[in-house]
Amino acid sequence: MREYAFIETKVEDYIGIIELNRPKQLNALNRQMIKEIVQVMESYDQDDTVRVILLKGKGRAFSAGADIDEMSNDDPIRLELLNQFQDWDRLSLIKKPIIGAVQGFVLGGGFELALSCDVLIAAEGAEFSFPEVNLGVMPGAGGTQRLTKLVGRTLALEWIWSAKRIQVEEAQSHGFVNRIVSGELLEEEALKFAKMIAEKPPLAIRLIKDSVNKAIDYSLYEGMQYERKNFYLLFSSEDQKEGMNAFVEKRKPKFQGK
Amino acid sequence: MFTTINYECHEGISWIKLNRPDKLNAFIAEMNREITHAVRQAAKDEEVRCIVITGEGRAFCSGQDLAEVNDDTNHGDLLRNHYTPMVKAIMACEKPIIAAVNGVAAGAGFSLALACDFRLASEKASFINAFVNIGLIPDSGNLHFLSHLVGRAKAIEISVLGEKIPAQKALELGVINRVIPQDTWQKEVEEFASKLAKMPTKAIGLIKRYLTLAENLPLDAYLEKEAEGQRIAGLTKDAKEGVQAFIEKRQPEYIGQ
Repeated sequence: MREYAFIETKVEDYIGIIELNRPKQLNALNRQMIKEIVQVMESYDQDDTVRVILLKGKGRAFSAGADIDEMSNDDPIRLELLNQFQDWDRLSLIKKPIIGAVQGFVLGGGFELALSCDVLIAAEGAEFSFPEVNLGVMPGAGGTQRLTKLVGRTLALEWIWSAKRIQVEEAQSHGFVNRIVSGELLEEEALKFAKMIAEKPPLAIRLIKDSVNKAIDYSLYEGMQYERKNFYLLFSSEDQKEGMNAFVEKRKPKFQGK
Repeated sequence: MFTTINYECHEGISWIKLNRPDKLNAFIAEMNREITHAVRQAAKDEEVRCIVITGEGRAFCSGQDLAEVNDDTNHGDLLRNHYTPMVKAIMACEKPIIAAVNGVAAGAGFSLALACDFRLASEKASFINAFVNIGLIPDSGNLHFLSHLVGRAKAIEISVLGEKIPAQKALELGVINRVIPQDTWQKEVEEFASKLAKMPTKAIGLIKRYLTLAENLPLDAYLEKEAEGQRIAGLTKDAKEGVQAFIEKRQPEYIGQ
């Protein structure tokens, strides 16, 4: 596997792991780092040995946000031509489940990266915030959209306007953190969760993600039409036959992702 | 370095000595900041396995220095900016913290002692929840800690009457752990601190963490957390050493990890 400048990667037990690796800079995200993350996610998405993607950050923070030095002198035309947020659009197209394991600061772009995950496991003491407003700007990689869809307009406005630090317990009570675990066990628990998903039939997992995501963008009627097509589609899979036969025969199914 | 406190570390013990003896170690903003900083520093320092907070001179701490308070003072902001960070730093520290109360602990000085894990008091020490005597309420977490220690009835009595509680009476109330005679004071505090500094530090930190969770979670949720905590403790070198020493019928030697 090729070497990356700002991330570390490895695949084990059907789990494709991506670790942000700028611990001294609290994993501040630069453009190259995002490119690397997206590149690896896309390769994992095509890799049969990967069923679940696990994204985490090395050191005491998941990510303290974007690398400010890199953008302080940008102008609108340069940003338009650079089109850096296109990489973030590609993140939304990943079909396999993405588990985020976060600790410490989850700020700005780091928060947006966390919100791009499907499931978030967070360490006790993790703090989420959009501090962009204090620099005279605003979130640009989906923060105002994703957070609003998760917690509603009223809270999203308060949090993004005020740059308030949201404690992990509050994050969980508002539904964007699935589980809170002790910091020492973050990796172990996130891997346990990833493994549990990796043991399920991959095609069903994939089409569940596809359908649930449609609930965000579609009307209920359209979403339900979409859901049933995916439901029908799974009946053409071997895993559906295996799953139902195993159920009838009272044995454990063996899923192959076919 | 520090101007309002003395900070020294030896043999695994970090000593934070409030050092404004002519003001009976009353709090000024700088002292709040320095205690906060010192506790965080001790929490991070791998050599440190026990922290002692005590006072230079005849007082432990007489609370907020009223010379720093005037008609324009926003008492809420004074807490938010100076006392709350100090109390949070103490609560966040996963090493044992002893308040060695050498003399009077009044107002926020009482609160400081209450925020610690252990309270050793000299026979000359006394405690006063003095806030009500100037028309204020106990702060810096005082009511939270006090009501947990002595229950609501006694917490109300201590806070509303604002009377001086001698060390022996504080012991009977369950506010402190022990009273130490003046002539053996220094020696007994050192022995107690040194005993804690040789214990499995990580386990002590976890006991503190899970005690807080135990106070705040329903039993089912707590039992799940407890399993996590024991998993963490079970992974420590000290847990392995503890079992090994037990099997080999010898005294364990803990390294705090």
